[in-house]
Amino acid sequence: MAKPETLVLTGYGINCEEETAFAFSTAGSNARIIHINDLIENRKILDNYQILVFPGGFSYGDDTGSGKALANRMKNNLFEEINKFTERDTLTLGICNGFQVLVNLGLLPILNGFDGNAQAALEYNASFRYQCRWVDVMIEKDSPSVFTKNIERMHIPVAHGEGNFYAPEEIIEKIESQNLVSMRYIKDDGSRANSEFPFNPNGSMNDIASICSPNGRITGMMPHPERGMFFTQRDDWTLLKERYLREGKDIPIFSDGITIFSNAVNYFK
Amino acid sequence: MPQPNTAKFRIEVFYKKSDPRGIAVRDKFISLGYSIKNVYLADNYLIDIDVDEKKIKSAAETLVQPVTQSYSINKPYNPENFDYCIEIGFLPGVTDNISHTVRESLEDFFKKKFDEEKSVFYTTSYFFKGEFDKDIIASIGKELYNPLIQRIKIYSKEQYASNNGMGFEIPVVHISESSGVDSVDLNLDDEALQLLGREGIANSDGTRRGPLALDMISMNVIKEYFHNEEKREPTDIELESIAQTWSEHCKHTIFAAAIDDDTPGGIYKSYIREATARIRKEKGDKDFCVSVFTDNSGGIDFDDDYIISDKVETHNSPSALDPFGGAITGIVGVNRDSIGFGMGAKPVANRFGFCFADPEDEVPVYKNKSEDSKLLSPRRIMEGVVHGVNAGGNTSGIPTPQGFIYFDEKYKGKPLVFVGTIGLMPKKTAGRSSVEKSALPGDNIIIVGGRVGRDGIHGATFSSEALSSGSPATAVQIGDPITQKKLSDAIVKEARDAGLYNSITDNGAGGLSCSVAEMAKECGGFVVDLENIPLKYHGLSPWQIWVSESQERMTLSVPDNKKDEFITLMNKRGVEATVIGKFTSSGRGIVNHKGKEIFNLKLDFLHDGLPKRNLFTEKNDSPVKFAVFREPEDHNEVFHKMISRLNVCSFEYISSQYDHEVQGNSVTKPLQGKGRVNSNVSVIRPLLSSSKGVVISQGLYPSYSEIDPYWMAACSIDTAVRNAISAGGSIDHLAILDNFCWCDSNNPFRLWQLKQAAKACYDFAVAYGTPYISGKDSMFNDFKGYDENFNEINISIPPTLLISSIGVMNDITKAVTIDFKIPGDLIYIIGNTGDETGGSEYNAFMGEKEQSEKFIGTNIPRVNAELSKKIYKAMETAINERLAASCISIERGGFAIAAAKSAAAGILGCEIKLSGIKDNDVQRNDILLYSESQGRFLVSVNPSNRDKFENIFKDLPCHLLGNVKKESSFIIEGISGKKIIDTDIREIDYNYKKKLKKY
Repeated sequence: MAKPETLVLTGYGINCEEETAFAFSTAGSNARIIHINDLIENRKILDNYQILVFPGGFSYGDDTGSGKALANRMKNNLFEEINKFTERDTLTLGICNGFQVLVNLGLLPILNGFDGNAQAALEYNASFRYQCRWVDVMIEKDSPSVFTKNIERMHIPVAHGEGNFYAPEEIIEKIESQNLVSMRYIKDDGSRANSEFPFNPNGSMNDIASICSPNGRITGMMPHPERGMFFTQRDDWTLLKERYLREGKDIPIFSDGITIFSNAVNYFK
Repeated sequence: MPQPNTAKFRIEVFYKKSDPRGIAVRDKFISLGYSIKNVYLADNYLIDIDVDEKKIKSAAETLVQPVTQSYSINKPYNPENFDYCIEIGFLPGVTDNISHTVRESLEDFFKKKFDEEKSVFYTTSYFFKGEFDKDIIASIGKELYNPLIQRIKIYSKEQYASNNGMGFEIPVVHISESSGVDSVDLNLDDEALQLLGREGIANSDGTRRGPLALDMISMNVIKEYFHNEEKREPTDIELESIAQTWSEHCKHTIFAAAIDDDTPGGIYKSYIREATARIRKEKGDKDFCVSVFTDNSGGIDFDDDYIISDKVETHNSPSALDPFGGAITGIVGVNRDSIGFGMGAKPVANRFGFCFADPEDEVPVYKNKSEDSKLLSPRRIMEGVVHGVNAGGNTSGIPTPQGFIYFDEKYKGKPLVFVGTIGLMPKKTAGRSSVEKSALPGDNIIIVGGRVGRDGIHGATFSSEALSSGSPATAVQIGDPITQKKLSDAIVKEARDAGLYNSITDNGAGGLSCSVAEMAKECGGFVVDLENIPLKYHGLSPWQIWVSESQERMTLSVPDNKKDEFITLMNKRGVEATVIGKFTSSGRGIVNHKGKEIFNLKLDFLHDGLPKRNLFTEKNDSPVKFAVFREPEDHNEVFHKMISRLNVCSFEYISSQYDHEVQGNSVTKPLQGKGRVNSNVSVIRPLLSSSKGVVISQGLYPSYSEIDPYWMAACSIDTAVRNAISAGGSIDHLAILDNFCWCDSNNPFRLWQLKQAAKACYDFAVAYGTPYISGKDSMFNDFKGYDENFNEINISIPPTLLISSIGVMNDITKAVTIDFKIPGDLIYIIGNTGDETGGSEYNAFMGEKEQSEKFIGTNIPRVNAELSKKIYKAMETAINERLAASCISIERGGFAIAAAKSAAAGILGCEIKLSGIKDNDVQRNDILLYSESQGRFLVSVNPSNRDKFENIFKDLPCHLLGNVKKESSFIIEGISGKKIIDTDIREIDYNYKKKLKKY
């Protein structure tokens, strides 16, 4: 079986493209980093790919609101191509700033087809401060997301100033009733964070960390799985290592985040 | 018809539901003591473009988050109830990143280009509801804006209604002064020549253009050169250019000067450079230095294929004036020292270090005898600087894992803002060495990145002057991290590997005048056509274009056959690239403007004409406040107060707002253990495909300087080295960087201190075999002004030496953190503890407690490098054999603080017996607890590894003191066996974290 081809976008302040591409390669995909301007210049490029990734970063410096200016650039120049891409049997992933772009682009939540209109928002953190920290999330079993399959919970870092998910009542009801929430922030004991800081790092509605499209092929998440794919990236690895050493166990290579990428690759197997 | 200077459209964007920013602003003012009910905000875009009025509505919609926000066009937002509206926008010509983004978005939407100077402007409106009168709202306004870069407008509700909102004015730049070139007559008497050097070239109206910072000797050499060799008077651009090139900032005149009769080579050559040369020679085959002192950063081997670079800068004066702008410009600026290192190193980590006065100190200080000249308070400086590094580092996608904060009232006149960047570069790019770069005659001089404005003029000469009322506001700039990110990616991720240029350097201090002249050294000359340089706005004089320090620019040397490919690539990446001239081999630098030659100098004179100074030092025994006090009775109380002191306590609020996980390279974090305690060392993995790591740390002890600058420097080096070892670094692959921030450096006593410190820099770098790879100095950190009663005061910083360390470790899975891991583990102290509390945090505390003023004392720690080196080698072995479950280097605050941090980080208690500290003659518990003796670690060890561990340290000071406990009690028994500290780690955690939590 051929390896799936992954296109990782870059340009205009996106800054997590290299480690995101590295994660997809590690998981068994061919990953290429492509500048938005090259994609606009040669729109056919997308036809060659099965996975499209909007990585994290600070596109346009978050000016006028995170993800908005980049979403505008996509809308103004690549609306049709994106529509065509998502209609094919492909996967689309937005991480952090990429999630913010997907929301502003109207790709998430996507309840009535792709029309380019945002139906939710990722607002300023309730602390009104950029938060770089590790959190725990639980995976909603009934969520159709391809990326979060067979995962129960994850220990994973977030780093953002605007990750506070908000949707008007009628929208959030649909998101919940259609099981489109794929990750929620939880406490150490596995119970819901219930908006409590720092477990829920941003004040997100219903502790939402990630949502997906009804067909499960488009997913956006605030946490950064590419920063939690290796054991030594974890904030608690030196403690775990010490325990493993005394139990005579090997020190693992990977950590929770890698599964997000291998799930995507396995979808095409 | 809109009047000139007004916009056609004013789009106001505001929240439909509660505005999270409004809540944050309200809470901040309430915490400052204001009575405020509500704050609403509006983002205003003033847009002056010629488009179909119907289409502006669709364009406006692209600026709005439709779910949460709404907008109005040419109709003022009217929140339900407010009493005052404050609108804040930038002054003309100040970098406005949001407007830049909006203009680009509008251009993309309308598919046409708009005027970069005049089409889009951004302001914020704050609508306040609460109890206040005009004076109170004015003071709120002052808290919200900085008059050096911003303008403010305050309307009451009535005025807002009668004026129909805040108006359509836009801050277009108007410059009325001549854009010509003046000849400067140097046929002046000594007094006039001195005035010219100090205050700058006179304008036609008699005002002066700002400091050249050229002393009498320099002025005479310049006069002689022009009259004897060029046989003419200089032009203003020539004189300004010489001043930039010869400035303290660029030439480091004090470090280059001969110092006393015994050191004709000067401080830099004799102590710093010579130390590195000797170490490299002694290391022979094992020398890991790749590029030292000559380039924008220093570089060492990472592995066979990669180089790791490092550079630490300061941005003190600009941060005193505009803390946010100064700090963001500083961090984004030092990133360019990485991009401009060799053929271009990708920035992989940032460092920071801030020295402030106590943020709770509200006593005002004035620049001159007027209320208006109040310096920003220490709190505002801290908030602005912290935010500036946040915005610069986070937006650029560079992790900021390591840094420190340090407080002393002597930083009240001038804060110190250290910023550093570590870079990664392949040893070979495009088939050639990445570190050997050379502009060739015939190459095109190309500048890429931001445009040139008046910002930052005289930045280089300004840094040579003490901060006083004449400081030019144009020295303030605001960084634009996105413009630089585009530039950085296009260079280090594409153009470099395609081999499209022969040389590259940063445009920092002195702007083009320095970068072009500096690169021209590689080939021997240059010709520049000044009118080709893209400007932010019209009306700049030629000399201003040449010396402007507008940010986010690099200068490259591009051969003819690569020129088109290079420019096309840059344009595709949204980066402006312009050919401004050619490199030559003529031996001269030439600048033309509109067909006229306005600058023509011998490069030799420009670079080497600066007369070498000879400085003299004078020892002066400064009075020492003796610290004589008894051991306190209540050790618990002292302990908790010590752990909550500004120089010891947690700065989690900074660490968690600086992204230290981006690039996925974090190995050990700034906050360690479940208890999230700040570590003084971090490990990163800059190449995800390699198991090697880079260890980064630092050391500084400004409180030791006045007692003994020699041992102050020795301790700083020992600490920077020891910290790196504690996390898994190796003394055989460890380099250091020096940043001297001094004061009043024309004073022979200050120079004596400097020389003493520099001598120690030589002695201890050589003793440890840790070479300097890069350094920087900032010699005049003094403030002259007035106190709260308008009496004259001088505030000078304490001589501050920052030593940063950077090393390579072979296997990141061996990295160690500070947190206790497992109950039952044995706790050891390694190294000797002496009665060395002089200048310590403990003495400062006891003085404040007993006499409301810090004690200083005399017995500062000394460093036994021979013994320490053995200890560090042994520790390296222990860590490599995975025998240290936790390790913390004992620093400021001493042993008790280190133990508290390891316990709080692990959320595990412990029981420690001071009687276990053998072989020393210290008889007092408080001194054992808080002495800052160097060369020490606190380690926890799995009991089953006891023999192996002790065997490694068998001939070295290594004392078993107790155990890690499952319970939360934290117990220290004194020498006599009595429990002197008996507390709980939850209480330690609370006291450790409470001080800076509210910021």
